[in-house]
Amino acid sequence: MSDAGATAVATARYARREVTTEPIYIRRALTGIAVVFLAFFLLLPLVTVFIEALRGGIGAYVTALMDSDALAAIRLTLLVAAISVPANLIFGLAAAWAIAKFEFKGKSFLVTLIDLPFSVSPVTAGLIYVLLFGAHGFFGPWVQDAGIQVIFAVPGIVLATIFVTFPFVARELIPLMQEQGTRDEEAALSLGATGFKTFFRVTLPNVKWALLYGVLLCNARAMGEFGAVSVVSGKIRGQTNTMPLQVEILYNEYMYVAAFAIASLLALLALLTLAVKTALEWRFADSLAGAGNRR
Amino acid sequence: MTAEVAALRPVESEGTEKAAAPLGIWGVPIDVAVEDVTRRFQDTPALNGVSLTIAAGELVALLGPSGSGKTTLLRILAGLDFPDSGRVLFGGEDALSLPVQKRHIGFVFQQYALFRNMNVYNNIAFGLAVQPFRKRPSRKRIRERVADLLSLVQLEGYEKRYPSQLSGGQRQRVALARALAAEPRLLLLDEPFGALDAKVRKDLRRWLRELHDRTGHTTVFVTHDQEEALELSDRVVVMREGRIEQIGTPDSIYDEPASPFVAGFIGEANMLAVTVQDGRIYLDDRPLDLFPTGFPEGKATLVFRPHDAVLAPTASGTIAARVVAERRHGASRRLETEVGIARHRVEIDVPVGADRPAGGRITLKPTRWRLFAGHPES
Repeated sequence: MSDAGATAVATARYARREVTTEPIYIRRALTGIAVVFLAFFLLLPLVTVFIEALRGGIGAYVTALMDSDALAAIRLTLLVAAISVPANLIFGLAAAWAIAKFEFKGKSFLVTLIDLPFSVSPVTAGLIYVLLFGAHGFFGPWVQDAGIQVIFAVPGIVLATIFVTFPFVARELIPLMQEQGTRDEEAALSLGATGFKTFFRVTLPNVKWALLYGVLLCNARAMGEFGAVSVVSGKIRGQTNTMPLQVEILYNEYMYVAAFAIASLLALLALLTLAVKTALEWRFADSLAGAGNRR
Repeated sequence: MTAEVAALRPVESEGTEKAAAPLGIWGVPIDVAVEDVTRRFQDTPALNGVSLTIAAGELVALLGPSGSGKTTLLRILAGLDFPDSGRVLFGGEDALSLPVQKRHIGFVFQQYALFRNMNVYNNIAFGLAVQPFRKRPSRKRIRERVADLLSLVQLEGYEKRYPSQLSGGQRQRVALARALAAEPRLLLLDEPFGALDAKVRKDLRRWLRELHDRTGHTTVFVTHDQEEALELSDRVVVMREGRIEQIGTPDSIYDEPASPFVAGFIGEANMLAVTVQDGRIYLDDRPLDLFPTGFPEGKATLVFRPHDAVLAPTASGTIAARVVAERRHGASRRLETEVGIARHRVEIDVPVGADRPAGGRITLKPTRWRLFAGHPES
């Protein structure tokens, strides 16, 4: 009986301490450092963008956005995204499907190739297209003969954007599809479904949330890309300026309010992307990560 | 859980004469012939010249340890894999030229492979919903068929549930219903109960047998659990390292194993290295009162099961053993003994309370035994 009493006192003293939790001062310190870091490098610039954009009042803000060059830049950004994102959706889906479901020679080479845009500087990416399609480029003569303008025109911008945003969808899908394996597809085939039906009724629904996630990231990057597009675009006002390029031009001409106004649109896009991304992660965590989907 | 199996209404699509359809397309069970099938992965043969016939309506088990090639053979029957050489015939016709979609098989996977984004109804209806437009049954017929199958597998009312909301046993039953929906002529199951716990496994085993007896499909299932194979099947195919060791009814596999491997894999077996001389078995140069007829002289393996041996009064001609351990084993006592110079492990079952000489030394003799040429592989 006295043993029980002694044990009770001992357990009461140590009751709250879990083995894998740091003491409270360490937790507070680390959290504090993270918060300060985030505030300084992320929050402060973000808030500054909006403050500077509204410095001249709402009127100046709206005027800046209604300017014809600004509207052209917004239109071009939307156009480029509208082409690049679906293109990369299809490429990424096809690449991930081939890599995850099949064995073939050169598979690891393909995987490496998919990661290439991440390891290459965006400026280099833009330069690649100049070297390929520019007037003195590899395909230059053919392109000129065909009467198509690639560099310093919209096609070049689209190509450069596709290049830098290519990995997003594929990288999101490949681990998930590899983890899912081919079992569901085999089941569908054994039940009499053709290849197409299997893909659209079984494979695609199995990856829908990861696909959305990849498209989201792809879109954010497509709209915000600066380096590669800057090399390829030629920065012709009203024609080949995307929003990021327009921001740079306006800033260099000391038109700060206008520059920040357009930047604020990009910042809003970033916040929206972040919100949707978080919502997806929160609700569908196990459908996104490769390690999920345990039966 | 006995299956009250509802009558299954056959599925017909508009505009196709059932009588005109060739035999086997509408779910009439088919016989299967496998002829000399070989399948290699890298350099190792997963299947090495395997031949086998299965009669229409039979329930056959492919039994063996991992690596024996049983799953490979099943997948070749399904069309999910193809042999490097050999033939596979369904009802006398070449099946290898048919892609998996055209073989009219139903496959139940070990991990069920239910479509997680579809509810139970759509999972089961899948095989019917993906048929080409002209052959597809009407919505009403599909609904009827799914309802029939749900009552067959005793999951009425579960149409709207999703696979993630089902227990393991329920998922397995849905997987079975899904495989049966399009009236396959051959049902293939890959270790169907492996992922379930023991009680559910036992129930589902009994239920599968009853289902088979009612629907009469030709069924082939793969298992490494010999109890399951013996309990469920009409015939058992014992496989090892890509070859068939023995095919036979559960009784013949158990009572008349064709090799030491089969004897050891099915049930329990004691194996002793002996010599045959002058029509008599010798253990460590001691003669035993066991007289094999027509067996070549030389090295042999004596095989007998623990429950096929009795304690014998000490006399010449019996096996002398030292008891090392004993424990309760079901309704008997299991004695673990050591025999001979090489101290072979021999286990026998004796009735509880049997008389035993004190001192841990006993003499025993097998009542049923088999002899195989050569000494046992260690």
